[in-house]
Amino acid sequence: MRTTWTALKLFICMSALTGLLYPLAVWGGARLFLRGKAEGSMVEAGGRAAGSALVGQNFSGQQYFHPRPSAVNYDPLPSGGGNQSPASAALAAAVKQRRALYGAAAPADMLTASGSGLDPHISPEAARLQCARVAKARSAAEIDIMSLVDAMTEPRQGGFLGEARVNVLLLNLKLDGKYSK
Amino acid sequence: MNKFDVLQLLFYAAALVTLAKPLGCYLAGALQDNSALQCRVFGPAERLIYRLCGINPAAQMNWKIYSGALLVFNALGLAAVFLLQLFQHKLPLNPNGNGPVEFWLAFNTAVSFMTNTNWQAYAGETTLSYLTQMLGLGVQNFLSAATGIAVMAAMARGLTGQKTAGVGNFWGDVTRVTIRVLLPLSFVTAFLLVGQGVVQTFKPAAVITTSEGARQTIPLGPAASQVAIKQIGTNGGGFFNANSAHPLENPTPLSNFMEMLALLLLPGACVFAYGAMTGGRAHARVLFAVMFAVWAAGLAGALYSEYSAAAVTGQAALMEGKETRFGVTNSVLWAVSTTAASNGSVNAMHSSLSPAAGGIALFNIMLGEVIFGGAGSGMYGMALFVLLTVFLCGLMVGRTPEYLGKKVEKREIQMAIIGILAPGAVILAGAALSCAVPAALASLSAGGPHGFSELLYAWSSAAGNNGSAFAGLNANVPFYNIGLAVAMLAGRFAVILPCLAIAGSMAVKTPSPPSAGTLPTDTLTFGVLLAAIILIVGGLTFFPALMLGPGAEQLLMYGGAAF
Repeated sequence: MRTTWTALKLFICMSALTGLLYPLAVWGGARLFLRGKAEGSMVEAGGRAAGSALVGQNFSGQQYFHPRPSAVNYDPLPSGGGNQSPASAALAAAVKQRRALYGAAAPADMLTASGSGLDPHISPEAARLQCARVAKARSAAEIDIMSLVDAMTEPRQGGFLGEARVNVLLLNLKLDGKYSK
Repeated sequence: MNKFDVLQLLFYAAALVTLAKPLGCYLAGALQDNSALQCRVFGPAERLIYRLCGINPAAQMNWKIYSGALLVFNALGLAAVFLLQLFQHKLPLNPNGNGPVEFWLAFNTAVSFMTNTNWQAYAGETTLSYLTQMLGLGVQNFLSAATGIAVMAAMARGLTGQKTAGVGNFWGDVTRVTIRVLLPLSFVTAFLLVGQGVVQTFKPAAVITTSEGARQTIPLGPAASQVAIKQIGTNGGGFFNANSAHPLENPTPLSNFMEMLALLLLPGACVFAYGAMTGGRAHARVLFAVMFAVWAAGLAGALYSEYSAAAVTGQAALMEGKETRFGVTNSVLWAVSTTAASNGSVNAMHSSLSPAAGGIALFNIMLGEVIFGGAGSGMYGMALFVLLTVFLCGLMVGRTPEYLGKKVEKREIQMAIIGILAPGAVILAGAALSCAVPAALASLSAGGPHGFSELLYAWSSAAGNNGSAFAGLNANVPFYNIGLAVAMLAGRFAVILPCLAIAGSMAVKTPSPPSAGTLPTDTLTFGVLLAAIILIVGGLTFFPALMLGPGAEQLLMYGGAAF
């Protein structure tokens, strides 16, 4: 009985410390110094909230760069992947269909869905592959679109961590700002 | 693989090896309460807690009282998480208006977080309020890790005790581990993660309209504080459904590196803390080397499978279920590390790994979560294998086995065998049951060997207290919510209680100086023997099941069969 009473008191103390004080302290510090990031890295375009720079969105128009396929169609409620095995017939069929859409040279990321279903990035190869289509739809020179993609390519972090990548939302917002839709 | 892949792997391994030892020494200082600096910094807060709770942290408990305190404390955690979920709609900090969690799902989740498993049959962003995440799951992230480390400390004390029944004070152990180790590490990590873009806010989900006119609801919440401890405490329960594949939970390659390092760091440090507490520093180095070697071998195999399978499937790389910013190498490194440690967080979907790589992840769990393993639990699980090794070698040379200067006798070996075999028995029995029950088979998302892998992985993950999944399986049905909860409880306490029993029986024994018949436990020979015994026990138990699942699927894939 005494053990239970002690356990209860310690549990309440620890809960207050790790379950309330700790997250509140991180929240307070983040709000002071890193507010934009702590609140979702939201971006604005033309005065409207255009989304989070970290959360992928669907783009299907010819004038936009397309993101990767998504098992949840870029609806974050909830996030998730398709969980198909690389040996499955369903994945093979989906890859074949996507290859028909983006051509035989399409890199792996355009043929497969991400784990989160919200991947904000595509590979630089996947972006370059789409330059001709976007340039045509926007009556722009392909070389200009190419150089925009190059400028928007994020290198490996610190020169060696992760993969080089292009943020699709930020690239498309840049396009909208520079060219007619 | 290119040079950047190799560089990242080496950088990761170097960081792990470099940092594990100093953190281990720090942890030992906290557990033994013999660091003047730690006492000066954290003493006042701890004394306040002791006074409020009426605790004398110097009072020694015997193993039975220690176990009792542990069980009561964990039961309270279970009840708190369970009730928070059932009544979250009536409590504050629920800006997205989530309703009460369904009864069996709430039970499963409460067991899951209390046992340091963090199996998730729910989707965080659509199911739980911010209060449930913080005050329910977040608290258990800390306390389940502290519980594991406390058991390890009790075991170390018991193995080296000088004819005393005491194995430590559970309240003091949990308090010191939480305040001196887990909280400061988490606090720093959480800030670094926010700096990379992990969210930490109490605002409701943001609703935006995309450039093409679609509405998108972007979930938010106090994620960074939770993600930090979920990685450090080998918990692994994601704030969001996609876990650390979610860009708001793991936004950049650097956040990915930090989360991956946090994942193995504390389990690695526990080995050195155990060494410092038992006076077996050279022994600890051998244990760390065994863990590192098995981890590295699994990693090499998984990478080979992943890169060679790409050609078979006709893709440049296996990117299904993986994020562009991490690529294949970081996803495989995470998958192998999170299953070696009993963490269970993911940054890519394990179900979409090449079958052999998924099989290696599965085998890591099946080995008993001792290849680094969970916070504390990896080390106490490994200690059981050490006792078994010492015993088998003693049989071979015909001497009474000894460990750390004390005789290992019938009772200790009985307890060790229970702790080693219980999780495996639960895995095989559960998987067999699932194959026979139609309601269990209805949850599978695939047929053939992949479907079998899904259910085998689920039972292994639960019994191994890992928490990762082949997530195609629909686990939110009563069969799995109840069955896997039982497996999690068995996998946790059928190892903890034998460990504490061993601590108790060893503590009262008289130490004897090593003789010519003593098997040294700090040599390469011992390391090889230990690794062999771990692999043989795991292999013999699970080889048939592994062949029916990942083995068959890999061979069929090479044969060009799709199903």
